[in-house]
Amino acid sequence: MREERLEKVITPDFGRNKIPAKKFALYVSFASVVMLFSGLTSAFIVRQAAGNWLEFPLPSLFYTSTIIIVASSITLQASFYSFKKGMKIPYQALLVITLFLGLTFTVMQYQAWLEMTAMGVHLTGNPSGSFVYVISGIHAAHVLGGIGAILVAIGHAFILPFFRNPKRKLRFEMTLIYWHFVGFLWIYLLVFFILQQS
Amino acid sequence: MAEVTTYNEEVLIEEHGYDDHFHDHHHGDKYQSNFITHYIFSMDHKVIAKQFLITGIFWGIIGAAMSIVFRLQLGFPEENMAWIKPILGKWIVVNQDGIGTLAPDFYYALVTMHGTILVFFVLTAGLSGTFSNLLIPLQIGARDMASPLLNMMSYWFFFLSGSLMFASLFLSTGPFSGGWTAYPPLSVLPAASSGSGAGMTLWATSLIFFVVSVLLGGINYITTVLNLRTKGMTMWRLPLTIWAFFITAIIGLLSFPVLISALLLTVFDRELGTSFFLSDIYIGGEALDRVGGSPILFQHLFWFLGHPEVYIIILPAMGLVSEVLSVHARKPIFGYKAMVYSILAIAFLSFIVWAHHMFMSGVNPFIANFFVIFTLIIAVPSAVKVFNWIATLYGGNIRFNSASLYSIGFVSMFISGGLTGIFLGNSAIDIQMHDTYFVVAHFHIVMGIAAFFGMFAGIYHWFPKMFGRFMNETLGRLHFWGTIISAYMIFWPMHYMGMAGVPRRYYSFEAFDAFSHFDEMNKFITVFAIISFAFQILFVINFFYSIWKGKVVTTKNPWGANTLEWTTPINAGHGNWPGRIPSVNRWAYDYGKDGVEFTPQIVPLKEGEVDGH
Ligand code: HEM
Ligand SMILES: [Cu+2]
Repeated sequence: MREERLEKVITPDFGRNKIPAKKFALYVSFASVVMLFSGLTSAFIVRQAAGNWLEFPLPSLFYTSTIIIVASSITLQASFYSFKKGMKIPYQALLVITLFLGLTFTVMQYQAWLEMTAMGVHLTGNPSGSFVYVISGIHAAHVLGGIGAILVAIGHAFILPFFRNPKRKLRFEMTLIYWHFVGFLWIYLLVFFILQQS
Repeated sequence: MAEVTTYNEEVLIEEHGYDDHFHDHHHGDKYQSNFITHYIFSMDHKVIAKQFLITGIFWGIIGAAMSIVFRLQLGFPEENMAWIKPILGKWIVVNQDGIGTLAPDFYYALVTMHGTILVFFVLTAGLSGTFSNLLIPLQIGARDMASPLLNMMSYWFFFLSGSLMFASLFLSTGPFSGGWTAYPPLSVLPAASSGSGAGMTLWATSLIFFVVSVLLGGINYITTVLNLRTKGMTMWRLPLTIWAFFITAIIGLLSFPVLISALLLTVFDRELGTSFFLSDIYIGGEALDRVGGSPILFQHLFWFLGHPEVYIIILPAMGLVSEVLSVHARKPIFGYKAMVYSILAIAFLSFIVWAHHMFMSGVNPFIANFFVIFTLIIAVPSAVKVFNWIATLYGGNIRFNSASLYSIGFVSMFISGGLTGIFLGNSAIDIQMHDTYFVVAHFHIVMGIAAFFGMFAGIYHWFPKMFGRFMNETLGRLHFWGTIISAYMIFWPMHYMGMAGVPRRYYSFEAFDAFSHFDEMNKFITVFAIISFAFQILFVINFFYSIWKGKVVTTKNPWGANTLEWTTPINAGHGNWPGRIPSVNRWAYDYGKDGVEFTPQIVPLKEGEVDGH
């Protein structure tokens, strides 16, 4: 009880910061994910500069999966829009489509790895290949986290009675922001890989 | 004697405070009466702070005890160590004559664990975890952290991390033994040394959980400082403690993930057969087919965290010291804004000096120049801070008690250790000094001892807030003098050994005639290490004794301090203030203003009075 009450008191703030605390915390946490990938991509650059570096074309599925993840961001945004407008069915349907697209993306990343293996670029070979496996793999782990969040959102959408209040909106919005974030992250990584191919 | 200044905090808060309707719902508090939710899975930041502190003390004892064991080896290599066999088991090898010696493998494991435990578990989690948790909500006037749940998880991830590290101590192959920096190939190839197998697996897993803990904590600290400051608490009115914790959290948030990158790549090299960090390795005379990687790459990633990490350790200590010095000198902190800007400058610079740990790793000397320059520039904001602390003390009406003595001791240590940093920062001098006892002396004084002093200052000063009792003052002073004297006795001589080229992390110097004249010095150091350990036991006794039996605090504000934590009830419940939240009307350092001894932040400005700095 007291904990819950505190929760209520803690969350509404004094307007110090226009963004609600939870959402702000989410943005702050992005900084650390960005640093994680900066670390990995810098390591990539430093290692590449040292020579003995195998060049290979990126698996074509990486491009397809990019389209999928962009599409999933759009469907989730549309679902959020429907939620705000009080349109229950599109809200639910678009959430499910997003989940489906998210899973497709993950599977495609895996298929892309198989494509690399077929090319003769193995995880344990020259680090140029290992980096691509590892960086895309760690990214996929972040996508799986997002899929978890979407599953929770689907739970809310189908189990809880449909109504809109600031708390639910915020929850949904945080899922949405995270999902856009991992999408952007992938685009950054893809562009990075492309640029590093000379 | 001037008249005693007192304030009625309750009335002030009632009249000027901010009503967030906290007290409207005061009923049925089942949760607080439950032992498990109150003391174990607590979400109250004050309880979590104590959990961090006590866990930190636990690790401090273990880490210090380890150092005594390897100091015995260094000081008295010939002595019989069979007597510790009951504790260390097979790591003490007893020959037919009954003479026990420390196994060399285990010596390395001890040094590694000592470093890891002290740097991460004691001086990061124990220091930052304790005081950020305790003071951020209290000093900014918040009911709790932005997310009490994440805060609780931060502690439990730390606990999990510690448990794994603790478990690794009992492996039959021993804990990881490749140094706290975990350089490959020792950290990557299980065959490289006995600790590189399961020991390293646990080490890496433990540290990954540790980083999760730091990040959860840090996200919360940053959000709380930016979102939950009470009415009137502008950034420029924050006490320096909060500035320090806030910037520390930002540094941690940006640097610890890079350690994760390094650890993940290490784990992949270990478990999946990649070769990010391996190349041209011979093991047992056989060439490995793992090629194409670079161990230097690991060093870059590690020190990109590693250097900011040393500031993650020292900045909170600096914040605590600034506050304690000002309160007990009864003077405003000198150069408040300069202090804040120095923290910011240090934070920024700490990200662009990492390669000063790698001058001898074969980095290009031209690139090294860049790092030399930025490293030396860090001395500037550091010196500004030192100057300001001394100026704060100058002409002050200083109360010499355990807390203020430790703060003064901190300044002394920081100067001594900072000066040797300038030697090391010159890549040419570093050719001689690198990996010698000079480096050991440098970082123990500037970081190890100094951060401990900051922590002790904080503990003696805020103990009344944490436990509603005082620590014993006589024992406290004894603890201080014993510690500062033995600390200098331990680390001062190491500078000479280092200049003579005595390498760090060696099990024995018997084979080196050139160093035999240091035998006596090594004995001397070991003796003082034992003395210093004894004084820490005194502290631990004082600490636990005072929790239950210490002198009871009878007034809300025993030190006559200005910050908000001293306006809460002596044993504040979850939510900190029973009624309204105090609002803030002035900066935190109005000591001796207009002839008034101190003016808390909740006191409104008088007609025409200008706020602070
Ligand atoms: C005045 C500013 C400082 C300068 C110029 C400086 C410079 C250096 C340099 C160049 C080294 C590398 C020595 C070597 O390995 O050969 C070093 C090591 C170290 N410094 Fe500092 N330092 C400064 C302040 C600090 C502070 C404030 C801390 C911590 C709070 C610190 C902690 C350390 C640690 C932990 C190491 C050794 C790490 C290891 O090899 O295990 N230093 N310092
Ligand atoms: Cu450094």
